[in-house]
Amino acid sequence: MAASSHDAAGKGGFRAWLNKRLPVDEFVESQLTGYFAPKNFNIWYFFGALSLLVFVIQILSGIFLTMHYKVGEATAFDSVEYIMREVEWGWFIRYLHSTGASFFFIVVYLHMFRALMYGSYRAPRELLWIFGMFVYLALMAEAFMGYVLPWGNMSYWGAQVIVNLFGTIPVIGPGLVEWIRGDYGIADSTLNRFFSLHVVAVPFALAFLILMHLVALRQTGSNNPDGIEIKQNLGADGKPVDGIPFHPYYTVKDLVGVGAFLIFFCIVLFFVPTFGGLFLEKPNFEPANPLSTPAHIAPVWYFTPFYAMLRAVPDQQLGALLMLLAIVVFFFLPWLDRSPVKSIRYKGLLSKLFLGAFVIAFVVLGYLGMAPAEGLYVLLARIFTVVYFAFFLLMPWYTRIEKTAPVPQRVTSHA
Amino acid sequence: MSDTVHDSGEVDLSRRKFLTAATAATGAVGAGFTLVPFIASWKPSERARAMGAPVEIDLSKLEPGQMITPSWRKQPIYVVRRTPELLASLEKHDANLKDPQSGASNQPAYTKNAQRSLRPEFLVLFGTCTHLGCLPKERFKPGDAQLGTDWPGGFFCPCHGSRFDMAGRVFNGSPASLNLAIPPHSFASDTKLVIGVDPTPAKGAA
Repeated sequence: MAASSHDAAGKGGFRAWLNKRLPVDEFVESQLTGYFAPKNFNIWYFFGALSLLVFVIQILSGIFLTMHYKVGEATAFDSVEYIMREVEWGWFIRYLHSTGASFFFIVVYLHMFRALMYGSYRAPRELLWIFGMFVYLALMAEAFMGYVLPWGNMSYWGAQVIVNLFGTIPVIGPGLVEWIRGDYGIADSTLNRFFSLHVVAVPFALAFLILMHLVALRQTGSNNPDGIEIKQNLGADGKPVDGIPFHPYYTVKDLVGVGAFLIFFCIVLFFVPTFGGLFLEKPNFEPANPLSTPAHIAPVWYFTPFYAMLRAVPDQQLGALLMLLAIVVFFFLPWLDRSPVKSIRYKGLLSKLFLGAFVIAFVVLGYLGMAPAEGLYVLLARIFTVVYFAFFLLMPWYTRIEKTAPVPQRVTSHA
Repeated sequence: MSDTVHDSGEVDLSRRKFLTAATAATGAVGAGFTLVPFIASWKPSERARAMGAPVEIDLSKLEPGQMITPSWRKQPIYVVRRTPELLASLEKHDANLKDPQSGASNQPAYTKNAQRSLRPEFLVLFGTCTHLGCLPKERFKPGDAQLGTDWPGGFFCPCHGSRFDMAGRVFNGSPASLNLAIPPHSFASDTKLVIGVDPTPAKGAA
């Protein structure tokens, strides 16, 4: 092969042949070895790569679950039990998928919190942020429909509650709900179409949105804990003085993160896969029963902050609208933040207080969404819903009036 | 190149733009119509519609104060035979109800009356909470331990705490804002209830 004589240099061989036909080296150079990322990334910068890792885990475990799962209201629940008890390593593949679902949200929420802290949503990264939000929306749809597939009683009643939310839309609501279900109640037809969407349509959409998220990231470059644009400070070689090549520096760093992440992941996977009813709820170990509501209908933990808001409002239409707004408001974040600086490191006290209050509100609402909706819990849900929205809606005010600290010329790092 | 252009020797750009736009628009209309089969395929199928046909229920074994829950179109239906005491309780708490006259609520016109029924004795409801579709539980005993001494008897939804009276009317302070809906129904005979069919005009509203 090396003896090929058409090139005087005699170099290249297969690699040259390949690159003439597929831009492998060019791609590696532009995306990895020649792509410069800020050198001051901290622990918060692991969670993007980890989200991608969990996506791959979910696709792989999902492919193998689909080989044994039997969609249909008469077969779905039994086939999941069959996977758990009779398929070799079936329990492992199923728990891999269910643990992966919860960890997906854990890493995505931490990834989003990183963006909130360091102003990663600010110009010029508005589209990067918006694509990320669409990934989050698709992920919520994927998780919801996936939760319906085992056809346990919480699957059934969760689907009932969520699908009925569409019924609160004026005029078209009732017809829309019937169209989504394909029947006069949550039925076989609903399960079948959710299976199709969960296994084919939404994963495709997710893959596309993740790709767009990464393409937009490559265009603007990463933000960093100081919120400085490293592209504005180039060295004599035309490369950012505060940047280092993504490969090998960050690929190796991310591998360490993967190792640490897998320790936590495996502890849950092997020792506490249901996580005390948080990752897999107890009523879902009973088959779906349209004539028996579980005592407390609560979604899985990653939806409970929004569920708490829904229940905090005495009017169902307004409650559903508020829940929708709680997600939509994230999309406007790039334009709500009027601070002259990006990173929380240089923002004033007000920004720090509001961000802290927002995180507390999110966690408390998450707890309240699992608790019964009565008495003090409803009052607390109302208070923390106000705090949640205050973070966003007062942002144009508090980011403008507060005193910010001067931003350094170069990124700060301990290295 | 000259033999492919216009007589004038110039490309008529406006003509080209028009033709391109017209072609694109025609294609878009075609693509739009192509969506119809896919969107329509999500509607209830012929089988689902057939299985949603009316159901007949024998009332001869239903004792006063009891409830049965047949299902129609996969939704639970509550059929309650109300005692005179429970019927009498309906008149005392209009002030505590969100929609005492059922003006905003969903029910056939022939049940839009004080007892919300064709025959006062028989209450027929969709057993799905108008909040988010859970099943309200029967709490017919007045003064229920959990719901308070002034509880007149009715339904309590365990999911989000909506409360309804013995005509399915929602109490103030519930997350649900509408009374429990009533399915179309009629009586084929004294003891035979048909769910899914309106009364014929001859029998009329009671």
